[in-house]
Amino acid sequence: MILLALCALLAAVSGVPGLWLRTGGGKAACWLLGLGALAGLAAAGLVLGGGAPASHALLRTPLGTQGFLRLDAIGAWFLPPVLVLSCCGSIFALGYWGDQREGSRRLRLLFGLTTAAMVVLVAAAQAMTFLLAWEVMAVTPFFLVTAEDRDPATRRAGWIYLVSTHSGTLCLFAAFGLLAANSGFLWLPQAPGFAASQRGTATFLLLLVGFGLKAGIFPLHYWLPVAHAAAPSHISSFMSGVLIKMGILGLVRWLCLVPDPPVWWGALLVVLGASSGLLGVAFALAQHDLKRLLAYHSIENIGIILLGLGLGTLGKSTGHPALQLLGYAGALLHVLNHSLFKGLLFLGAGSVLHATGSRDLERMGGLARTMPITAGAFLAGSWAICGLPPLNGFVSEWLIYLAAFRGLAFARSSWSVLSLAALAMIGALAAACFAKVFGVVFLGHPRSPEAAAALEPPRSMRVPMGLLAGACAAIGVAPALLAPALARAVAATGLAGPADLGGLAHLGTLTWVALPLLACAGLLWAWSRRGARSRTGLPTWDCGYAAPVPRIQYTASSFADGLVSAMRLVLWPQVRWRRVRGLFPSQRGYHSHVPDPVLDRLAGPGLDLAARALSVLRFFQSGQLPLYLLYILLTLVALLVWMVA
Amino acid sequence: MNDSTLIRSLHFLLHILTALLLPPLIPGLINKVKALVAGRQGPPVLQLYYDLARLARKQAVLSRSTTWVFLAGPAAVVAAGLVAALLVPFGHAPAPIHFQGDMILFAYLFGLARFATVLSALDTGSSFEGMGAAREVTFSVLTEPALFLGFAALARATGSLSLSGMLASPGFAISRATGPLILVLAGWMIVFLTENSRIPVDDPNTHLELTMIHEVMVLDHSGRPFALVLYGASLKLLVLGALIVGPLLPRTSHPGLDWLGFYGAMALLAVAVGLVESCTARLRMNRVPQFLVAGLLATAFAFFLLQA
Repeated sequence: MILLALCALLAAVSGVPGLWLRTGGGKAACWLLGLGALAGLAAAGLVLGGGAPASHALLRTPLGTQGFLRLDAIGAWFLPPVLVLSCCGSIFALGYWGDQREGSRRLRLLFGLTTAAMVVLVAAAQAMTFLLAWEVMAVTPFFLVTAEDRDPATRRAGWIYLVSTHSGTLCLFAAFGLLAANSGFLWLPQAPGFAASQRGTATFLLLLVGFGLKAGIFPLHYWLPVAHAAAPSHISSFMSGVLIKMGILGLVRWLCLVPDPPVWWGALLVVLGASSGLLGVAFALAQHDLKRLLAYHSIENIGIILLGLGLGTLGKSTGHPALQLLGYAGALLHVLNHSLFKGLLFLGAGSVLHATGSRDLERMGGLARTMPITAGAFLAGSWAICGLPPLNGFVSEWLIYLAAFRGLAFARSSWSVLSLAALAMIGALAAACFAKVFGVVFLGHPRSPEAAAALEPPRSMRVPMGLLAGACAAIGVAPALLAPALARAVAATGLAGPADLGGLAHLGTLTWVALPLLACAGLLWAWSRRGARSRTGLPTWDCGYAAPVPRIQYTASSFADGLVSAMRLVLWPQVRWRRVRGLFPSQRGYHSHVPDPVLDRLAGPGLDLAARALSVLRFFQSGQLPLYLLYILLTLVALLVWMVA
Repeated sequence: MNDSTLIRSLHFLLHILTALLLPPLIPGLINKVKALVAGRQGPPVLQLYYDLARLARKQAVLSRSTTWVFLAGPAAVVAAGLVAALLVPFGHAPAPIHFQGDMILFAYLFGLARFATVLSALDTGSSFEGMGAAREVTFSVLTEPALFLGFAALARATGSLSLSGMLASPGFAISRATGPLILVLAGWMIVFLTENSRIPVDDPNTHLELTMIHEVMVLDHSGRPFALVLYGASLKLLVLGALIVGPLLPRTSHPGLDWLGFYGAMALLAVAVGLVESCTARLRMNRVPQFLVAGLLATAFAFFLLQA
């Protein structure tokens, strides 16, 4: 497939012209990425549209057996989000990270390389290609995250990212080694019975850890909040939107290869999904940093995707094609949807950061009046991520709900009911969290002079947000258009029956509900607007307690306080405050912070402890050459004795 | 046009008219019951209709801190309520729109209404309204799973994945699902009282001091937007009420009797809510989650009873 190769090539070189150009490097990168994206989208469209056979061997090995790139339906499903977000990110960077800003060349070059690596990755047909592309995709973001490396927090985030991604790759090496012993480097469907064997179990667990570290499954999520907060916003958007989805891609690929997954695999995925989803959104609720908060929401959405994958896998192992179809379809559609709305939200956060210079929610407020377009786009993203109709988040969650409801009728329905309860609670918590974010950032009065002086960003930053918001709305209102492509992607997961998605989920009906809903809301809005007058200068009535200063407004912390203190056994918030004493208290202050449970409470102190405990070993590492020679001699003597004896 | 099409379109028409015109009657009934129990004469049963007509003619005053979100909130609430009203069966005739999985859409439409109300409250920049909004989203975390576990239990009992099939399934009273059904309805009654901000969760009577959630959020609405808020709240009473009375209605021989039965049951529900409000006090805010957990547990038990 020449289109795919063209796409990867154009993406890889997109940052190159900018190395020599004094200005306009960003635009050149945008054009190259855009052209590459068109080629890639055409390739994906051909495969998913059924116009081309499901697989294309791009290049043949000298032995003429197997190509190393093959764009099948699953790869083609993961390709469009990569390209769309990459394009949107590079356009956004024109305004956000201009040509004059330090590091812009490095950023563009590596951004293109990461995109190209992902294009190769989704189409990798064998383990070697996959690992090569994976490693390139895993290492380049280190340089993207550390774009502002003068800041110690950014350097720390970069290191954490690098350590975690390498640990994941190590697990993948081990897992692929086990697989290679079984079936070589080619990705062939495993023999029945392999999955239940010890080797199969080991492979599954290693892959789960390796891909889970990339996807950010709780408790392997610890790198996400730091890295996403530290990276430039279009990079966060790209990482959160598609980079972590590559972990999901890996899991899906593996699940496709196994004809008979044991029941506990699906159950484990459901449990991991429920815990990722609930803990992700719970920790998100307690954050004050806009980008950290969004990163925790990525963990939540990975949880939702895992719930779908788990239900689908349960369907596969118990022989219920309806469950498998709905579960996998929901998970795959949520992959696409999450990349669109999370990409949008991170770009929106970037606009806010650009305008106010802060990520702290408590310093925002009232931005909807000065930045109406950013506010509208951010609202669309929030609406979608809460899974509210009629946007795209609802459609994929609806499919996963349907899978869970279907599963109720089958054996092992406890996993279905667990998914149902978890999804309902995740939905309510996500709505609470985004009501907080949108309300505190965009509504009310500005809480700081920077927020009061915020201005709408340049057009190059508004256009990508508009594009993504439009895509969210389009999928939400007319999901039936995507149904054939989705069914084709799900069919590649080894479905027992025909992929009759339309028969199980009436996606078309959603359109006929969404349109009256929108029309009715629009009419009522126009009706109530006609009778309203906005007399400038009138403050909020609020029973006469007109707010004297904007700081008296409800803050993000106070909004979330009820839920955070209800979940304090899980979240373990650190609160410091002085009790107010006397009539005219002089000292006051309230600080609350919820550290990450794995990174700040477990890994950090644990590693410190280990370093201290192991410091006795430094005695042996004196740095003197004769001593080391002595060690070698001793070892040799010991070996000799061992061999003789 | 044959007979069944005619009957179906009549049902459809009656359903739409009920959804559009009946809601303001329910708060009127509740208030009348409360007044009678307290020994007062009380406002006329049709009071809310008069209020709506008056508010529709009045001009709304907008605070300088508000944006378009402030007006969009009430509009979205009513739109979501109307669409939800098309999904839920009133009595035994299937709802105008029914498809597999419509209960999920139904629940999320209320989520949408809640999100819109909360944003519209936060748009004023008032901390009092912020408090109401925070409470609203906090309590919904426990009511949503209760609603869904109830759906799970009913789906398990009836084998249907649509509201029309679940709620209008005949023969509940004699099947083995009676016990679980009672538990589901008890749990949903708690959801009903919470979602509609009634006693013992919230006091709808007054605008200040006693009220804690819903009325707090709509303090700054006036004129037409306020008319939409009031209408939306009464619509919610009707639609969530239909969820509760649906499974209880006996099936009669004539569709007209079914409709009469539905209206009678809704009136009884309104009287019941009025009586509850007359004899209990509002719970302290920190007690409310315990009350909601009871609802969650009731629906969860219902599911596990069916499982056994």
